Amino acid sequence: MDILSSLGLIIPELILAISGLILLLVSAWGGNQASKPVSIAACIALGGAFFLVAPGVCAGVSGPDTLAFFGQMRIDAFAGIAKLMISAAAGAALVVAPAYFDRLKAMRPEFAVLVLFAALGMSIMVSAADLLALYIGLELNSLAAYVLAAYLRDDDKSAEAGLKYFVLGALASGILLFGMSLTYGFTGTTSFTGINAAISGGLSGGQLFGLIFVLAGMAFKISAVPFHMWTPDVYEGAPTPVTAFFASAPKVAAIALLARLSLEAFGSQAEAWQQVVTFAAIASIVVGALGAIGQDNIKRLLAFSSINNVGFILIGLATATLAGASAMLIYLVFYVAMTVGSFVAVLMLKDAEGNPLETFGDIKGLSTTRPALAWCLLLIMFSLAGIPPLMGFYGKLVVFQAAVEADLLALAVIGIAASVIGAFYYLKFIKVMFFDEPVDRVKGTSDWAHWALLLISTVVISPVAFLGTEWLGNLTEMAAAALAIAG
Amino acid sequence: MIHTLAFYLFAVLVIASGAMVVMARNPVHSVLWLILAFFNAAGLMVLVGAEFIAMLLVIVYVGAVAVLFLFVVMMLNIDFAELRAGFVKNAPLGAVVALILLAELVLGIGAYRVGAIDLGSPDGSAAPLLGEGNTENIGALLYSRYLFLFEMAGIILLVAMIGAIVLTHRESRASRGHQDIGKQVSRRPEDATEMKQPEVGKGVEL
Repeated sequence: MDILSSLGLIIPELILAISGLILLLVSAWGGNQASKPVSIAACIALGGAFFLVAPGVCAGVSGPDTLAFFGQMRIDAFAGIAKLMISAAAGAALVVAPAYFDRLKAMRPEFAVLVLFAALGMSIMVSAADLLALYIGLELNSLAAYVLAAYLRDDDKSAEAGLKYFVLGALASGILLFGMSLTYGFTGTTSFTGINAAISGGLSGGQLFGLIFVLAGMAFKISAVPFHMWTPDVYEGAPTPVTAFFASAPKVAAIALLARLSLEAFGSQAEAWQQVVTFAAIASIVVGALGAIGQDNIKRLLAFSSINNVGFILIGLATATLAGASAMLIYLVFYVAMTVGSFVAVLMLKDAEGNPLETFGDIKGLSTTRPALAWCLLLIMFSLAGIPPLMGFYGKLVVFQAAVEADLLALAVIGIAASVIGAFYYLKFIKVMFFDEPVDRVKGTSDWAHWALLLISTVVISPVAFLGTEWLGNLTEMAAAALAIAG
Repeated sequence: MIHTLAFYLFAVLVIASGAMVVMARNPVHSVLWLILAFFNAAGLMVLVGAEFIAMLLVIVYVGAVAVLFLFVVMMLNIDFAELRAGFVKNAPLGAVVALILLAELVLGIGAYRVGAIDLGSPDGSAAPLLGEGNTENIGALLYSRYLFLFEMAGIILLVAMIGAIVLTHRESRASRGHQDIGKQVSRRPEDATEMKQPEVGKGVEL
């Protein structure tokens, strides 16, 4: 295994890294006028990475051929499917960002560069097969994310979001590192397969401590309860395009990483982490559902909704089976579509001067003043609530099915009960839009790119997408199978 | 013998200066104690034969990090009277935390006395040693086996730098002390001054 063949495997990452460096130089000399070209070039780079990863996903690559750099990275179909979602979500954030920042005269080309480097970090995260690669990918993504959260540094809320995210993120990184050093100390290796072999005979006290600390650090990154406190504040304070990015791409990356870590590195001791993940899943679903009820700010509500969704995704992981991992991936695909769609719709809520509107009071009677937007939001909210003909329901269905097959009936029942509670605030959203007296505050117009993104997300979650579920099921099954083949 | 003596000397000094970092009232003194702690930790590293890490401690931590701390501490506007005022109020809380730490310490020592902890051993999959000293070995590994991760660590630093600049750099509209000497020299007195003869008791219309 030489360096050249490894480099051949990571061409998508190299494209992201090199285009990021070149665009950094362009933005250094081009100044603020270069914002638009740099954003477009960054989108093209993400698109290039997307199309280079896609063939591997369709072929379901797995096994020893996918190992790069002495087993530190694993470029298999599982990583590939996550990378497709990451590129798509990062591209969507880049598309909607200029319109939002131009109004504040805050658009700078570094925004796109930071998003590119964050995407690079996430790509490394999902491919990591070694604790070192895991940490480096995670930090690359997190550092870019801290800056993006505080991007509007003159805005108090954005600065607060950045600071909170940074301090708590640093704490979580510390916990994760502590767990990783314990794991390394008590197993003698940093590679996932090595760790799995070392703990196959049973967990010693030190290894168990390491496992718990690593899981706690990861739970922070995916904002699972009880490490979710930062989420509403950061999502509310960060500029909306950045929030759309946070809620989609880094979540996919962290969840995929958590799945690989649990199933590959700690797979032989699944009972040890299953109860932790089960608790986090139930707690996230319940807290996400109850916490959202009292919210008036739409971004805060969507933050709780994302905590709630992470809970459902964790049900798939709690099964510790490959069917569960495959169900997680299916859920993630629709979760990304619903998240991008709902945040793009929030971005389209503007008053006549283009100022963003973010509260329920602003969208009263939206169906009479802005019927197209209101109907798209209706479909997305119904999908988030899990109402049958829409794809949000299908995602929940496969996850619950995996749970039932793994004899976790209680978990599935609690999940279904809590999703009924969650349906309340999604339905409230729809009630406010369709049955309240119109206030007619939403007057701003949006460009075609917003409409295109909103339409794409709506189509992905609409019943039309049932035609693609068999194909998607095949892809995710192959991806999950790649997890099992430790090369 | 000399090894043991040196070890205890360095170890005692590390712990003592570590304690002084926490206890020193003046933050500048804390940083100075921290530098002493770093030096002694470097000494410990030399004793175990890790001369590269010892050098890193001296060059990076003492040379760069500690000096940076010193700058930051000196820039903070610390009111020492206020620092002391909170002491009595927070003393009970401090005592509780100290008790918890003491309990943990007792537990830790108890656990230690039960038996040696069972650390894992390397599975032998690491690359064979390439050079003579450990500096050479670290270098050889960083640029071969860990090449990709090493480069990515470089990108992390780059992102940190971009972030710091994005968050602090302000595009000021006004010129930043920019001098156009030709324009200054070519300026005539009649462009810049105007003679007025105001009537008594009235102001000048500017």
